[in-house]
Amino acid sequence: MKVVVDMNKCQDHGQCVFAAPDVFHLDADGHLGYVSDPDDALREDVEEAADVCPLQAIRIED
Amino acid sequence: MAARIVVAGAAMAGLRAAEQLRAAGFTGPLTLIGDEPHMPYNRPPLSKEVLAGKAPFDSLAFRPRASVADVAWRLGTRITAARLAERTVELADGEQLAFDGLVIATGTRPRRLRCPGPATGRHTVRTLADAQGLRAALTRPGARVVVVGAGFIGCEVAATAVGLGAAEVTVVDPEPLPMLRPLGELPARLLLRRHEERGVRFALGTGVTAFEGDEHVTGVVLGDGRVLPADVVVEAVGSVANTEWLAGNGLDLTDGVRTDALLRAGDLPYAVAVGDVARFPNARYDNVPRRVEHWSIPGDTAKRAARTLAAHLAGAEPDPAPFAPLPTFWSDQHDFRLQSFGAPSLGLDDIRVLAGDPDGDPTGDVVVGYHADGRLVGVLALGGPAAASGAARYRAELLQQPAPSTQHA
Repeated sequence: MKVVVDMNKCQDHGQCVFAAPDVFHLDADGHLGYVSDPDDALREDVEEAADVCPLQAIRIED
Repeated sequence: MAARIVVAGAAMAGLRAAEQLRAAGFTGPLTLIGDEPHMPYNRPPLSKEVLAGKAPFDSLAFRPRASVADVAWRLGTRITAARLAERTVELADGEQLAFDGLVIATGTRPRRLRCPGPATGRHTVRTLADAQGLRAALTRPGARVVVVGAGFIGCEVAATAVGLGAAEVTVVDPEPLPMLRPLGELPARLLLRRHEERGVRFALGTGVTAFEGDEHVTGVVLGDGRVLPADVVVEAVGSVANTEWLAGNGLDLTDGVRTDALLRAGDLPYAVAVGDVARFPNARYDNVPRRVEHWSIPGDTAKRAARTLAAHLAGAEPDPAPFAPLPTFWSDQHDFRLQSFGAPSLGLDDIRVLAGDPDGDPTGDVVVGYHADGRLVGVLALGGPAAASGAARYRAELLQQPAPSTQHA
């Protein structure tokens, strides 16, 4: 699975981190980092993360 | 024949319900009916980026999941009536649509002020069309803006208007502080100071009694007798649930559609309510049914309601675990953000500073906690990303601890 976050849209809300903590994280300054090729077993978590992103900045590209 | 589901409402809650019905295993025909001409779009930017001219419409549209590529969209179409016992809804042109399952997702519309005076020049912010109309008015040189209502929308619009260079921006509210009811006194005081430092004026402790002007608004008359000159008025005084079409079906439609703990309307196994229009009990707290207009609710309710409805339509018993979402909200104003987790409104009498110094640097980050019976029931961050991260650290605690019931129903 390939995950793309539009970093021009991202405003570091961190909702994705709650939904998919194995894929998304906030660094010490509160800025987003993520794994761009997570295991397919995490698909449901990543879909949830994409849903709850306030900026709708997360895209799943198969 | 496969069961058919009609989703009444084609905004975020309707879209999420359709997606979650598919995720719950429902494979039958789905029809989404919405009165706006647009595919579902994200509303929070309407009071901020769209007003500021920084976000075109195609950046707001949700990307529906592939699982709903086959749904029928009936956009620009209003539902005028429902006969739930016969399982039909009626559209504005008289067409009848039959269903086996119904998702009620018709949302809300802005409440309007009933004051004498002209109507032209008075705006609300709910739809894309609203935001585009307001933007045109705000960007006229020298605009004097009066925002009625110091809640989420009012404070956001005021901040955006100042950022656009409006000549004067004044927020009017009968409460003594902005966002007092959702946030409590200490954060509301901090919020007032931050807005004033950035150029927003306030007329607090008074309401609006009339509008001045012939055809177009020229002024706003306050309850204390003052008159604020105004070219643009924004009414941000709450919302009204869109439930008229459901009248006559025996549902409790007092402030939205009352649901049970599984989001069923009127205990009907074939009708659920989601999003802003649903008045649901939250088992995490006191079980008092409330409508909740936070952005997270359409997604949360859709997920739970879809499982309930899909189970019923498959002839199975739905999961009996009551709906118990952890509320969360944010609000971007000027250069700062409010970020909350939990239920601050249940702990307004016991607000404690968890991080930062409220009396120190007026731009500094502050995190406060709300307590009921001595236990943390909600947190609020005010400031930058570090403050929000600070508040998020309490989220796990809030998720683990159901709050005790309180007298603040």
